[in-house]
Amino acid sequence: MTRSRVSLLAPVALLLFAFPPPASAMHISEGILPAPWAALWFVLSVPFLIWGLHDLRVRSEREPMFKSLVGLVGAAVFVISCMPIPVPTAGTCSHPCATGMAAILIGPALTVVITSIALLLQALFLAHGGLTTLGADIVSMGVAGAFAGYGVFRLATTLGVSRWPAAFLAGLLSDWATYAITSFELASALHGNASLGQTFLAIAVAFCPTQIPLGILEGIVTAAACRFIEKRRPGLIASLNQPHGGVA
Amino acid sequence: MKKAVIISALVLLLGALCFGVARRDAKWAGVDETVVEKFATAAGRPPREPLINTDQGDLLLFVFLIAGTVGGFVGGYYYRELFPPKAKAQETRTDV
Repeated sequence: MTRSRVSLLAPVALLLFAFPPPASAMHISEGILPAPWAALWFVLSVPFLIWGLHDLRVRSEREPMFKSLVGLVGAAVFVISCMPIPVPTAGTCSHPCATGMAAILIGPALTVVITSIALLLQALFLAHGGLTTLGADIVSMGVAGAFAGYGVFRLATTLGVSRWPAAFLAGLLSDWATYAITSFELASALHGNASLGQTFLAIAVAFCPTQIPLGILEGIVTAAACRFIEKRRPGLIASLNQPHGGVA
Repeated sequence: MKKAVIISALVLLLGALCFGVARRDAKWAGVDETVVEKFATAAGRPPREPLINTDQGDLLLFVFLIAGTVGGFVGGYYYRELFPPKAKAQETRTDV
């Protein structure tokens, strides 16, 4: 099969994979968090959104193709975070987040912006998360997932780990960080008379049977996506991770 | 191509093995239901209906289908811009 045929088929394949049946996982539904907690998570997410929008303006002025990359990554995050994956050993479903992959490609702050747009659309039209809990969902999936993934990728590559294992670790830990923060958000608001630590641990442990295998899958997908991009546009990932990186 | 076929076969085999050990009581509920809602309900804060409740009958399937289609088209459009077919990429380079 020629490369041009593969290029033609890829959008079609993407379209075929983009028909997920409904499911939510880390999304905290409407009404679960008390108002003060919901407001606190909103306030915490705002600086990251401002940083991300500033990042988008600066980087797209420097390199117009950067907006196309943001569009592609945004669509991928939206579709992947709607996609329920059955985990046979747990008998449940959950979804990957793709924020580790997004953070490697467009940076963590901008990942927060695209994640918040995806989460807003899901909360409005897909009964997937809530509007009052949007701030908490942005912090867990956007902020925690993106910064954990990006931090791990940068740390691993700085320590001399090659790019594919680093991307695997980024995908894996961004997924687990998202669910760890979701557990903390729930525990902090709902622990009542029980200790915060115990409640956090109970929720985090309940996520484990589903999220441990799913995190590994997300790591594999992140590494595979980075490898594919590197093959199609060699040097792109390296250039994006330079201090003034753009789309080469 | 050969490599892709081998990888696909291995993935299918692995998938079949995994589903072979699937729990018999598996209901495939999302962790939102089995974890988030469970703890929230126990703490006296069950989830409320969403503002726009599309979770009615097949309506939710419809909106997911629309969302998937739009997401797929947007992703495909930008993919073609970023990773053009080889011939088109060469044409662009020649024009420049």
